[in-house]
Amino acid sequence: MEKSLSWREFIITRLIQSSGYSAILFVALIFFFLLREGLPALGEVDVSSLLNFRWYPIESYFGILPLISGSLIVTLGAALIAVPFGIGTAVYISEVAPRWMREILKPLVELLGGLPSVVLGFLGILVLAPFLRVFLNLPTGLTAFTGSLLLGGIAVPTVVSVAEDALDSVPRAYREGAWALGATRWQTIWRVTLPAAKSGVLTAVMLGVGRAIGETMTVMMVTGNAPVLATGLGSLFAPVRTMTATIAAEMGEVANGSTHYHVLFFIGMVLFIISLIVNVIASSVVFRAKKRAERILS
Amino acid sequence: MKRVLSLLLLASFIFTSCSKSNNSSGSDSPANYIENKGSDTIVNLALAWAEKYQGDHPEVRISVTGGGSGTGIAALVNGTVDIANASRKIKDEETSEAQSNGITPVEHIIARDAIAVIVNPENPVNELTLQQISDIYSGKYKNWNEVGGEDRPIVRLSRETNSGTHVYFLETVLRLGNKEDKTFFSTSTLLLPSSEGIISEVRDNPNAIGYDGLGYVPKDLKMIAIAKKVGEPYVLPSIDTVNDKSYAIARDLYMYTNGAPVGIIKDYLDWILSDEAQQIVADLGFVPAIK
Repeated sequence: MEKSLSWREFIITRLIQSSGYSAILFVALIFFFLLREGLPALGEVDVSSLLNFRWYPIESYFGILPLISGSLIVTLGAALIAVPFGIGTAVYISEVAPRWMREILKPLVELLGGLPSVVLGFLGILVLAPFLRVFLNLPTGLTAFTGSLLLGGIAVPTVVSVAEDALDSVPRAYREGAWALGATRWQTIWRVTLPAAKSGVLTAVMLGVGRAIGETMTVMMVTGNAPVLATGLGSLFAPVRTMTATIAAEMGEVANGSTHYHVLFFIGMVLFIISLIVNVIASSVVFRAKKRAERILS
Repeated sequence: MKRVLSLLLLASFIFTSCSKSNNSSGSDSPANYIENKGSDTIVNLALAWAEKYQGDHPEVRISVTGGGSGTGIAALVNGTVDIANASRKIKDEETSEAQSNGITPVEHIIARDAIAVIVNPENPVNELTLQQISDIYSGKYKNWNEVGGEDRPIVRLSRETNSGTHVYFLETVLRLGNKEDKTFFSTSTLLLPSSEGIISEVRDNPNAIGYDGLGYVPKDLKMIAIAKKVGEPYVLPSIDTVNDKSYAIARDLYMYTNGAPVGIIKDYLDWILSDEAQQIVADLGFVPAIK
């Protein structure tokens, strides 16, 4: 009996272990695949022409700078919307709202997270873009800003639910201690609860940003897809073309193994590396914050 | 990509439901099955043909998908479709790639199409020369008042680069048919993934100019009358002006098969050139192929 138990234990441990390791394996395999399909692009196209300003693949102009800048500006705009709004909502749900309100809000936010992005894209094309064009007096409503607003909307539920969990796990004693010292509710939230939940909130922000930078369907529908190099804040209100939309729009057409095909994979690689950097920065900040907290506690 | 997938899904649903209904004919054999894929310009026409033809010949099944001319030709080159639809001629590279796969693309002209240049009805501009349209799209003109319109910025709309219509428009309008010309679409041209995207933006935005196949232009948008040169008459696109060659932006639509068609594919293509099938062409707003 005991023997079979330890046997079972052994198998279960290995199973769990292998599913843990499989995440590493899959990421490595995907990255390897991207490298294999994307790196030949460097041999077929000069680095200088990859860093060019014109993206017109049917005549072999493979400048990816406009695409990178397009993705960055849309994501930046989305983060500027999703971070304050998401953290604000999380703070309200976790710290301020009465219990009944919280029980309505939380599932609603999660429902928002389940909205298919195509549906949001429809809303964007039919409602938001025409409205923004008239309201902001723009030449067209299909701009980076429209994409940012919708992506912000997509990222908010992610930010809210992760940040809310982090705030929720701050021990009640922290807040009570602050109140006992005479801190107001706002001071408690700003100086005690939020800093205590910092690593979780930061994870929330990074997950939100990751969600935004990888989103494809909505941005393809509402940003106009014009490969213009974004040079400043003004570009936020002009059409842009993102890396994801480019891959999605052009992948179906390319001949397998052509230069264009390799360049599209190269763009995928760049996208992968950007989100890798975002994640590494996030986890290193989280790690450092933890170490300091441990020092204080000890 | 998603649209292609959903179309495929839809096609497969139709396919499976059909196969249930005429089980008796046992038509699951590949000999009765035609896979047809490509140009989004042609997809509605191809669907209408396939529907009619399958009604008259219940033993034949035809699956139609869109995705763009490049997508269809790529599929033919890879040997995954029987007929590729294209709104442009096959490129030399594509032919040589096909031949290295052991496939010989054969061209069939199945209909003609005019490209209409469309603007919002609020826009007072009614007519343009080809050169003016070229200059608008290349970015030389940035304001409608440079071509006799109101003081409004010009918002240029185009299909994505995988669209045969995009390539045709580039060659015929932007470069005015001159192969040496290296004029490009202005980088600020919005590249929209579908005809519907262009139509909804033109309908909504008085700054916009777009282009689309004649068969796809709804009645509430304004088509521009086009002159080939300054001093020549401005002509609106229609079946008559395409056939008498007075409208400048008209092209042939193609189907490509691997080798000369045989069996049911030959029957189908012969039927497509019949009066009955060409009537469907006219009903959908395209121009029947000249025999």
